[in-house]
Amino acid sequence: MLVYILRRLAQTLLVLLVTSVLVFVGIFMVGDPVEMLVNPQADQIERERTRVAFGLDKPMWVQYLLFLKNAAAGDLGNSFVYGRQALDVILERMPATLELAFLAMLIAIVIGIPLGLYAGLKPDSKVSKAIMAVSIVGFSLPTFWVGLLLIMLFAVQLGWLPSTGRGPTVDVLGLHLSIVHWDGLKHALLPALNLALFKLSLIIRLTRAQVRENVLLDYIKFARAKGLTRARVLGVHLLKNIMIPLVTVIGLELGSVIAFAIVTESIFAWPGMGKLVIDSIFQLDRPVVVAYLMITVVMFIVINLVVDILYSVLDPRVRLGSTPA
Amino acid sequence: MRNFTTRVLRRIAAGVIVLAVPLSAAFAQNNELVIALSTQITSLDPHFHNLTPNNGLARHVFENLIATDEVQNLKPGLAESWKAIDDTTWEFKLRKGVKWHDGTPFTADDVIATFKRAPNVPNSPASFAVYVKPVIDIKASDPHTLVMKTAAPHPLLPRDMTAFQIIPKTLVDAKTEDFNSGKAMIGTGPYKFVEYKPGDRVVFARNEAYWGPKPAWSRLQFRMITNSAARVAALLSSDVQVIENVPTADIDRIKSNAQLTVKGAVSTRIIYLHMDTGREKNSPFVRAKDGKPMEANPLRDARVRRAISKAINRDAIVDRVMEKQALAAGQFLADSFFGTSKKLPPEKYDPDGAKKLLAEAGYPDGFQITLHAPNNRYVNDEKIAQAVAQFLTRVGIDTKLETMPSNIFFSRGSKLEFSFLLAGWGSESGDTSSPLRALVGTFDPAQGLGSANRGRYSNPGLDAMITTAMTQIDDTKRALLLAAASEKAMAEQAIVPLHYEVSVWAMRKNIAYAARSDQYTLGHDMKPAR
Repeated sequence: MLVYILRRLAQTLLVLLVTSVLVFVGIFMVGDPVEMLVNPQADQIERERTRVAFGLDKPMWVQYLLFLKNAAAGDLGNSFVYGRQALDVILERMPATLELAFLAMLIAIVIGIPLGLYAGLKPDSKVSKAIMAVSIVGFSLPTFWVGLLLIMLFAVQLGWLPSTGRGPTVDVLGLHLSIVHWDGLKHALLPALNLALFKLSLIIRLTRAQVRENVLLDYIKFARAKGLTRARVLGVHLLKNIMIPLVTVIGLELGSVIAFAIVTESIFAWPGMGKLVIDSIFQLDRPVVVAYLMITVVMFIVINLVVDILYSVLDPRVRLGSTPA
Repeated sequence: MRNFTTRVLRRIAAGVIVLAVPLSAAFAQNNELVIALSTQITSLDPHFHNLTPNNGLARHVFENLIATDEVQNLKPGLAESWKAIDDTTWEFKLRKGVKWHDGTPFTADDVIATFKRAPNVPNSPASFAVYVKPVIDIKASDPHTLVMKTAAPHPLLPRDMTAFQIIPKTLVDAKTEDFNSGKAMIGTGPYKFVEYKPGDRVVFARNEAYWGPKPAWSRLQFRMITNSAARVAALLSSDVQVIENVPTADIDRIKSNAQLTVKGAVSTRIIYLHMDTGREKNSPFVRAKDGKPMEANPLRDARVRRAISKAINRDAIVDRVMEKQALAAGQFLADSFFGTSKKLPPEKYDPDGAKKLLAEAGYPDGFQITLHAPNNRYVNDEKIAQAVAQFLTRVGIDTKLETMPSNIFFSRGSKLEFSFLLAGWGSESGDTSSPLRALVGTFDPAQGLGSANRGRYSNPGLDAMITTAMTQIDDTKRALLLAAASEKAMAEQAIVPLHYEVSVWAMRKNIAYAARSDQYTLGHDMKPAR
């Protein structure tokens, strides 16, 4: 297990290096940050001064090597727009995105798995058919549109929930979280729902397919024959066996929810990392974009590693890193 | 399974009932005003980044030597009066009895410290140096009198004094982080700093010891909601009471709501077309009517440029594309601003006249050209460009349109990659010297001319007129010189002005706000309305 993890870490560094090259070259080709930042009324001398101050007067490969040198020391560059460490700017907003992502995944899992189970066990009932129809709608509708609809319905027409923003935060173990109390939860509900819709549909359909496949297998019949209660057959034996594909999808989706909640964050003015990144792309704040993508890569790799380790926990037949003799 | 289902359903029902606690939707005058801004601020440090949202918020806590009213006329701020003693010397008499938020009195030394700090903030993406540079020497002849010297006559000095905020001398070495954390947020302004959540909101509380008129609300909460639809929804659901930058398509809906009102003001931003007059031959995106490359550059002929201006129906654009939130333009600024001419009405829509001019210039069938425009920078910029392309095609100038995000557009435009482009310019100084120098002055970095002259229009006679105007200290004389320069530029059709943007605010009916031409949203100027 340890060798496996170490090998994965080595692969991580390689992936990070390749990503950094791709991102650097990509963002280098887009536009001129000084044009975007400097006041149009400023004269040439000001522009040159800004260009030199940000290191933009050097050729691309020199800038990249400087970036690598600093990155090895943990410094991913200074944001052009905020004047602070890019990493700090991103990490400042990470708790907001994380709590939204966490809430969204919670909603998706807690509602999705039971609904999928029901649809799988009683495929021909009217309720099941309704659930499947709603799930198709759930992943076909664009997030942007659904978000605005949710605001119009729940905030403007009914006035039940706030339309934008994050609720007041409370300091929990050094992190500023808002969903630990009701006011914050109220603010987070609509964006979390918006974000969860796609995942919910995915989980429902996946669970149902897995259930349909597993419920016909011999071990279920055998467990019932043994006299186990229905709840135990479903809750322990069936659930454990459908978990592997579910865990994979949930892991991937968690990664994408954290990294790409951009649309939801923009609509609900949620002060998270996604909004930061899209603004930085438009403002050509290169250090923030590069730092963000590096963080995203690390995050995906960690999630994948956790998922792989979970496999070996869930399915004793799986041995990590073993090669056929 | 039935037990399981009913159990789950019962739990869901309970949850829904708990959620159905209606939010208070009525606007109670509970002394907190919630305002939604449309752009993010990058810092609370007033000298870090010369950006409109930063400057707007800074004005609540810190003040300027000279303030501006809603149409950008100068009025006393921390300086009660000022005058030019001679062409290069100015004397400012400072207001007495003003205290900083920490109780210490305001004196001339604070201004001198500000002049030291403002141009030297580390990592500043857009520095304030340009306003401080012309002053080569600043002395306090007594605690409430300042004398500033400039190298050459600089009539815009009072204007420059409206552009940056004064900080106390104890903060001369303050770092940007100190402002963002609130430690250094000590100003003389009508509001004190309470809280800043980056990317989310800023909260201010009324300064009860303020020297000026007491603001109506004891607390201000600024929320940053960059998505336009969400901002409008926040106003409609009463989560906020005031919003800025109302999208034109939502204005009618807000007006029809009995509890809301809309306020607009003509801004100093002009939307215009720039044409490649710098190249004698082979402009990159100009072709002959049949598509073959064309050696001659038709844009160098003033008659062709005037034909372009005549071919565009500005009233239709204002009415249909901008939904009346614009004012058709005939020069660089609306004629209520300083330095404009009374003899330059918007060009009348005259497609036949345009065709005649094109024939006179030797292009009876017209030619082909590509118009480049940004698509996320100005209000409805893409739609305006589409309308312009269609109008021009009707008179024979077959126009292709290419739009792109502003970060690419401006980089390419400044590298002179375009022949014909749509852009905007906001005159910070509120007078025509800014667009004249930046847009139609011959490109000359040493002189600071032509910084946005992406068509490289060059007219030495016009340059001379602009330079003379910029050395004329007397306001009346300078206004006439600037008007004459505007007239000359328009006679040559150096640019084709389209319209001036109107800035729109929407708010609850019981709030009154004098909409500002500089687009700032200032909480202390908002008052309860009858």
